[in-house]
Amino acid sequence: MNAVSTKPAAAPAVVSRPALAALPKPSRIVPVIAQVVPPLIVLALLGLGWEYLASGPNATLPPPSKVWVDAHDLIVDPFFDHGGLDKGLFWHLLASLQRVALGFTLSAVAGVGLGMLIGSSPFFMRGLDPIFQVLRTVPPLAWLPLSLAAFREAQPSAIFVIFITAIWPIIINTAVGVLNVPQDYRNVAAVIRLRGPMFFWKIVLPAAAPYIFTGLKIGIGLSWLAIIAAEMLIGGVGIGFFIWDAWNSSNLSDIIVALVYVGLVGFMLDKVVALAGRIATRGTQAS
Amino acid sequence: MASFLDITKLSIAFPKSPLPVLRDVDLKIERGEYVAVIGHSGCGKSTLLNVVAGLLPATAGGVLLEGREISGPGPDRAVVFQNHSLLPWLTCYENVALAVDQTLAKTMNKAQRHDWVLENLALVHMTAAKDKRPNEISGGMKQRIGIARALAMRPKVLLLDEPFGALDALTRAHLQDQVMEIHARLKTTVIMITHDVDEAVLLSDRIVMLTNGPNATVGEILTVELERPRDRLKLAAHPRFVAARTAVLEFLHSRHANPALQAA
Repeated sequence: MNAVSTKPAAAPAVVSRPALAALPKPSRIVPVIAQVVPPLIVLALLGLGWEYLASGPNATLPPPSKVWVDAHDLIVDPFFDHGGLDKGLFWHLLASLQRVALGFTLSAVAGVGLGMLIGSSPFFMRGLDPIFQVLRTVPPLAWLPLSLAAFREAQPSAIFVIFITAIWPIIINTAVGVLNVPQDYRNVAAVIRLRGPMFFWKIVLPAAAPYIFTGLKIGIGLSWLAIIAAEMLIGGVGIGFFIWDAWNSSNLSDIIVALVYVGLVGFMLDKVVALAGRIATRGTQAS
Repeated sequence: MASFLDITKLSIAFPKSPLPVLRDVDLKIERGEYVAVIGHSGCGKSTLLNVVAGLLPATAGGVLLEGREISGPGPDRAVVFQNHSLLPWLTCYENVALAVDQTLAKTMNKAQRHDWVLENLALVHMTAAKDKRPNEISGGMKQRIGIARALAMRPKVLLLDEPFGALDALTRAHLQDQVMEIHARLKTTVIMITHDVDEAVLLSDRIVMLTNGPNATVGEILTVELERPRDRLKLAAHPRFVAARTAVLEFLHSRHANPALQAA
């Protein structure tokens, strides 16, 4: 946007000073190195420590060198597919991500809707908030038996567990966002007679957007936590069952590789929602 | 006998408070008049404006605009808020356009509304920054967009709630000149809340001085007998300007000195 490109308005004033013109151009590579080098060093040290601790005769877990040898095929080729459950990690992760995508989308829609409702109606706030406060403390897996009984199938049950796990922070943050719409904006809306759905669409939703995205960010993190655990119980293709299956076959190296992938995907999900939030709420946190 | 804007026996009390904020305020304002309301902090001047805007209900008495009682906010009484209250997720153009689309959709088609938004942005000299967001422009520019948004609603009365209070002195002077220019061109009726004596004398036809709150009321109304257009430089030493300024200062600091300051 041109709004961004015109931002550095102070530039001409700086140029006119000879003392500043002599400054060397700041390097672009140095800050990148400063960002990348420390985690690499720490990672190397941790790897060495792990190698040392897991190499003794009484070690119960494999050292990194053994993980590399044992799980070589799994690490270098995430895309193989030998039928059944014998697939590369990519396919397991994809199956898990599909469940999360569906469950999380449903909970985002329902959560934002319910949050708007209780945020704007004292009746529903009083009526629903105590129930939500109790239900949100129920651990995700505690819902699984009930949802298996209700749906009688693994797939919708897993999706329901995602849904019910992610929805609470979305509801609560949306409601707080709606309650915190500044009185100034409400006054503006009152003067121009913006009411009903238009008031929600033009004022409440954008004003509450930062809160809503905070809820979505927490929700996607919880979804990812829940799906791994739920898949361990329901079986089938999915990273959770892959880990459980590896445990049953005593493939500890496979588990370690899978955990690295789970962590990386969870990190990526968090960043994706954060990025979506930044794009959707640009300008909203302004003075 | 019926004035354009008629405030009659207006009292405003908040729940849980033993004394009303304002009591028995009587004020008649003619079409095209520029009226400043001045008083110490806490005298209820912003409350008075909010009642005229319809954002607060009157406890007793009422406000008539062209003979019709005010019963809620509306675009015929556009407000320029002290803290500009622009919607930060909209550009300057969109902020004005939201108000125009909402209030003038029945009388103008889309192209006319677009032109009208641009015309009002040009009126406050903000055409160049129309695609910026409020956090990318200065405080004075934000307030100008606030004024453009209010004027674009074609209000019968323009309500200014300490519009320049948060600005530095130079920006404030510049904006005061612009408001005078706009008032001269559009002949809008204006009620301006202020605590700046020079500002009140320079801009207003009449200055309404409120006594100290709670239980505040109109203490005195001063008519400023100065020709328009007014020039701040020429007026600085003008005997009538100085006399008006002295009269207001006398009211505020001698007869109705701020009780909070006296106690300190």
